[in-house]
Amino acid sequence: MKKYLFPFLLAAIGVCLLLAAFLAPFASSSPDGLERVAEDQGFLGRAEGRQVWKSAPVPDYEMPGVGGSGIATALAGVAGTLIVFGLALGLGRLLVRGRSRPGRPAAEDAGESIPR
Amino acid sequence: MHIPDGLISAPINIATAVVSAGVGAAAVARARRTLGEKNVPILGVSAAFVFAAQMLNFPVAAGTSGHFLGALLVALLLGPLNGFLVMAVVLVIQSLLFADGGLTALGTNIFNMGIVGGLGGYGLFRLLTLVLPRRRGVFVASAAVSAWFSVVLAASVCAVELALSGTSPLKLALPAMAGVHVLIGIGEGIISAVVVSLMLGVRPDLVLAWKPQQVRA
Repeated sequence: MKKYLFPFLLAAIGVCLLLAAFLAPFASSSPDGLERVAEDQGFLGRAEGRQVWKSAPVPDYEMPGVGGSGIATALAGVAGTLIVFGLALGLGRLLVRGRSRPGRPAAEDAGESIPR
Repeated sequence: MHIPDGLISAPINIATAVVSAGVGAAAVARARRTLGEKNVPILGVSAAFVFAAQMLNFPVAAGTSGHFLGALLVALLLGPLNGFLVMAVVLVIQSLLFADGGLTALGTNIFNMGIVGGLGGYGLFRLLTLVLPRRRGVFVASAAVSAWFSVVLAASVCAVELALSGTSPLKLALPAMAGVHVLIGIGEGIISAVVVSLMLGVRPDLVLAWKPQQVRA
């Protein structure tokens, strides 16, 4: 039973992009668990104005300069999804390439390699 | 559960950053030895899925939402240390590009979600697989329970850090954080079970933790 990896990967990344583009804009905007607790127990204010890194280009998952907030969220989601995909892929490539011998001992590889 | 700047004290942020860096170094070292060429794209897709799915906040109670974490799921797909790398990549990008999670709390967030959630949840999963039969349904159910547990555990540790930082007393923070994440964890369990189930149906060879009773010829 031969199965190819590429079509699966294409489908999987497609699903991720669809989630980011079409579901993320409809996500609940209520505070999450930690924010809720911080609000209820009155320590949310401690974080106010304490932000250290102020140059995040896409704060709060809304692409700046785009009118409708739904579209801004979708664009932020798609951009972020592609960026982390590329970074994790790049990191993986780097780690694999750093290895000296392409032919590793089978025992070391057991259970780790994913057959194509 | 992404902690912003200002809630966690410097000593705790530093300690968790050191531990996170240590686990990161171990993960990198192990990946250099054992990461297969074909795991690389899965690493990328897993990160993409975790990022996208984390944006999908679902309502859990009046005026409160939760979102998928994914640490246990990626640990099942790629192994705990590779899974940690995926979570670390996502958390770094969320903090730097999307202002989600403070930069000073980055070590704490990676510690909570990547190590406590990911490795803790995976630990429970391994315990379950030791005592339960190796069947597909059992595997999916174990994934769901471990995913739920990973979220509750990470939230509880977060509460301890808030208490140690003098932000909120433990007797208030712990029940509140654990309580709301008991609910959020149900979503985590469902999403993890659905994804694992789909993966076992389509590409069981891409679920590293899946070791069926009989080896396929």
